[in-house]
Amino acid sequence: MQASQPDEGVRADAVRRAVEAVWRIESGRLIAGLARVTRDLGLAEELAQDALVTALELWPRTGIPPNPAGWLATTAKNRAIDVHRRTAVHDRKLEIIGRETGDHHDPFAAEVDDALDDHIGDDLLRLIFTACHPALPMDSRVALTLRCLGGLSTDEIARAFLIPQASAAQRIVRAKRTLTAKNVAFELPGPQELAERLASVLEVVFLIFNEGYSATAGADWMRPALCEEALRLGRILAGLVPAEPEVHGLVALMEIQASRSVARIGPDGAAVLLPDQDRRLWDRLLIRRGLEALARAESVARTGAGADRALIGPYTLQAAIAACHAQAATVEDTDWAGIANLYGLLGRLWASPVVELNRAVAVGMSAGPAAGLAIVDALVEAGALTDYPQLPAVRGDLLAKLGRAEQARAEFERAAELSRNAQESAIFRGRAGSL
Amino acid sequence: MRYITLLKSAQPTEGPPPGLLEGIMELGAQATAAGALLDTAGLAPSASGARVQLSAGNLSVMDGPFTEAKEYISYALYQVHSKEEAVEWASRFMKLHQELWPGWEGEVEIRKVFGPEDFAPPT
Repeated sequence: MQASQPDEGVRADAVRRAVEAVWRIESGRLIAGLARVTRDLGLAEELAQDALVTALELWPRTGIPPNPAGWLATTAKNRAIDVHRRTAVHDRKLEIIGRETGDHHDPFAAEVDDALDDHIGDDLLRLIFTACHPALPMDSRVALTLRCLGGLSTDEIARAFLIPQASAAQRIVRAKRTLTAKNVAFELPGPQELAERLASVLEVVFLIFNEGYSATAGADWMRPALCEEALRLGRILAGLVPAEPEVHGLVALMEIQASRSVARIGPDGAAVLLPDQDRRLWDRLLIRRGLEALARAESVARTGAGADRALIGPYTLQAAIAACHAQAATVEDTDWAGIANLYGLLGRLWASPVVELNRAVAVGMSAGPAAGLAIVDALVEAGALTDYPQLPAVRGDLLAKLGRAEQARAEFERAAELSRNAQESAIFRGRAGSL
Repeated sequence: MRYITLLKSAQPTEGPPPGLLEGIMELGAQATAAGALLDTAGLAPSASGARVQLSAGNLSVMDGPFTEAKEYISYALYQVHSKEEAVEWASRFMKLHQELWPGWEGEVEIRKVFGPEDFAPPT
């Protein structure tokens, strides 16, 4: 279709963007419902994509229909029925059924209708669990989730992860093939596997968030936009599995971290660390939402069943730590003792020297630098984190506070050497120089 | 990115028909479940409000109601990927009115809220 006048091109572009907007809102539900009847996520995604392509072809000419979501669903449904009939035509059993029931009662068509209207919550959940299946490599889980639930195009996924478009497309193709090859059923996990499968979903969502959070200032907007995608996915999950405390915990953690997005960027684009951030720039709406999600996580953990599972989990604990910071008007007002406590609890769930190092920082702030140093020294003794720049950085900071300038300088110089981030190295060198 | 949507209409003389409020709440629940709706509230008529104006160097306070024909009725704050998504949610909201409150007229103004994407320094 050629744009004979400049307006036509503009109008077609406006229609395309409107279609994409509807797509972002509806694609997850659409694919989920189709996957329920086709029992094949890959096929469902293709059928939904076909409907999208058709919309992009027709709507610039016909205009946007009054119910665009319904139009997409009907078109995808009709394609699903066509495909089913074409494959079923060789199936004798279905031929017999067709003769007995007559043309107007197509059980498959009725099933499709049913799937697209009811059970949407369950179907979306099945879609999330399947896209995040542990049988898939992490890259594939991420790509498939963003594609099927985020409604992102291959190009958007490629830009978000700084990979060529062909690689992004490959990840999605391979993911679908793996699901088929490994006979992964489009089903909700049973109660035995629920905890593990849910952990996989949360891991995917948090990975997407961190990818966005780590994007440098001035990057292609698709990268920091990943934080918003992850938040959106987390909120959707919170609505679908409200009885799982860690889901609310993860949402809380993401909302609160996202609240600092503006404060984290310095005037020259450099990263501003938490103690140096202008807290007036923290987004109060996101903090409020994060605190609400945290309260929900704690309440659900208290009143929920599942007594044999650890109820307050790592995401909820990390969110509680983030909440301590979020509720402190200044660095000095921070409840460091509370944070130290929380890191202690986190360390018990998730034995990690990084957690212990963070506990050392908090203890240093609440009980004095000597107490913090004792914990760091224990880590050094144990030979932990030998290549981790934060270890000497934290040790240097505590030594400086104890007046041991010479030793502190040596630690900051070591931290600067270990760091692979130019901005971070510069910060450490600056501290070494000031001692 | 965020968009705020502001509903404006003449203050209605009678209440909305049954089913409209239910429909609006259902739509709000959908937008929330989709992770897109961050905040929303209805605004009481301007009769219970006030204005503080600065003009020609002078501050003045005026109690409502105000004489404009249209009033702000409600707001909703969305987190979406594009302006068109905000437009789609607002359109669904208005279609409910079109369907369930024939004769009612109004408009939703959609405005982008400044966010981190606007503060990032250029590469």
